[in-house]
Amino acid sequence: MNAATSGAVTTAKLHIQNLHAYYGESHILHGLSLIVRQGELVTLLGRNGAGRTTALRAIMNMVGRRIGTILINGVETLSMPAHRIAHLGVGYCPEERGIFASLTVEENLLLPPAIQPGGMSVDEIYTMFPNLAERRRSQGTRLSGGEQQMLALARILRTGADILLLDEITEGLAPVIVRRLAEVLEQLKRRGLTILLVEQNFRFAAPLADRHYLLEHGRIVEEVFAHELDTKSSMLNAYLGV
Amino acid sequence: MSIFPEINLFGLFSQLLVGMINGSFYALLSLGLAIIFGLLRIINFAQGAFYMLGAFGAWLSLQFLGLNYWWALLLVPVGVGLLGTLLERTLIRRISGEGELYSLLLTFGVALIVQGLFSKWFGVSGLPYQVPELLQGGIRLPVMYLPTYRVWILLLSLGVCLAAWLLIERTRLGSYLRAGTENPQLMKAFGINVPLIVTLTYSFGVALAGLAGVLAAPVYSVSPLMGSNILIVVFAIVVIGSMGSIGGAILTGLGMGVIEGLTKYFYPEASATVIFLVMVLVLIFKPAGLFARAA
Repeated sequence: MNAATSGAVTTAKLHIQNLHAYYGESHILHGLSLIVRQGELVTLLGRNGAGRTTALRAIMNMVGRRIGTILINGVETLSMPAHRIAHLGVGYCPEERGIFASLTVEENLLLPPAIQPGGMSVDEIYTMFPNLAERRRSQGTRLSGGEQQMLALARILRTGADILLLDEITEGLAPVIVRRLAEVLEQLKRRGLTILLVEQNFRFAAPLADRHYLLEHGRIVEEVFAHELDTKSSMLNAYLGV
Repeated sequence: MSIFPEINLFGLFSQLLVGMINGSFYALLSLGLAIIFGLLRIINFAQGAFYMLGAFGAWLSLQFLGLNYWWALLLVPVGVGLLGTLLERTLIRRISGEGELYSLLLTFGVALIVQGLFSKWFGVSGLPYQVPELLQGGIRLPVMYLPTYRVWILLLSLGVCLAAWLLIERTRLGSYLRAGTENPQLMKAFGINVPLIVTLTYSFGVALAGLAGVLAAPVYSVSPLMGSNILIVVFAIVVIGSMGSIGGAILTGLGMGVIEGLTKYFYPEASATVIFLVMVLVLIFKPAGLFARAA
């Protein structure tokens, strides 16, 4: 896995070109184009309503009509039914976390089927998230917000997905949990996973990411590399309104 | 006339048994409805028609194919399940996402057509179906006479309900069903073929009705209207137990059968309405149903 990772840093895991997406009549994405390469951690920044969540949902075929191109590992997915997309190696962690109330913590963890080899074992996951191990018999939604977020993330690590789409994973969580999530993302990066992160919390995302895309009105308006953060910080602040 | 009638144990236990038998059918049918509603949000008014088709399947396969009761018990539920597959793939799928009322209207319409056709072909007076030889006779207990076939109904339906409950609550496939109930879109995002699960679930739910129909053939006469008679009660039971709760449907089905049986003994005039009375009370005091799962 490590050899493959270091040898193929330029391979596009996810390549979106001129994507338009709709919810019913509302036109949310207006020609979005982006690329995420093997082993990269890339963020989608932007204000609320800029289309960041829709971008992830569009990749998963969870919105209405879509026009454009979405290549996952080089495979065009625009006409693919939703349930086949995960099998290209994609793990999706929704903004609302999507923990199932009718399932225990462990059942939630075991729910997504393994889609390719290379996933973490349940033991590895419980080592990474000891809280989940302690509460494995609890109803999934009885966990605290932070634990639910850990579970939502842990769930897709088991499947062998090597492209993770993470939507606002730090939202509403205590600083200590946010720090823990940052450590987890560091570990996942070291494992060579490719991550597209929608994030509101720029201080969380900045030290982790290789690149940032700035989204406004459903299209990318700026691409910022990690080493440019200092020089472009005023521009970023203007866009994000922070 | 005394206020407390003298209790005739023989009569009481007989009605209790009748109640448990009816309860077994209620449990099987409401289990199927609860599974279908739980995952698919389809209010399956065709459940009664599939029950009737199960009974007719047993009768027809004996008349025309010479298949005895045991073969019917094995094959008819599969056949009824396949008819369910056909209905789901050709009609119900087209209205998915259109709201629950559409599914009610569609399946109600299908049920009426099927019932109408069977009434035209076979009349409404009912056809006899023999109790299989192995299960004829009964056991004389001190307080009652226990017909073997009735014991068989009780044991088999309880066994099937228990197996279905274990399948749904304790297996991986079952966790797909439960999770699919909550958030089918996320299930698809995890790579689970939800449309296939929908078809399988619908087929399994109606196959349970088909099984109930075969079981019922020797005790109730095989009639095109048998399904519509029982269906309204079964819907009341599903509402009492809470729509979509598997264990709730089973326990409520049995419990309501017993309550109905006891009412037949103590106050027969109310036996046809007691279940609806319970439903009204449940809707007033615990509108989500007795077995609603905490979110």
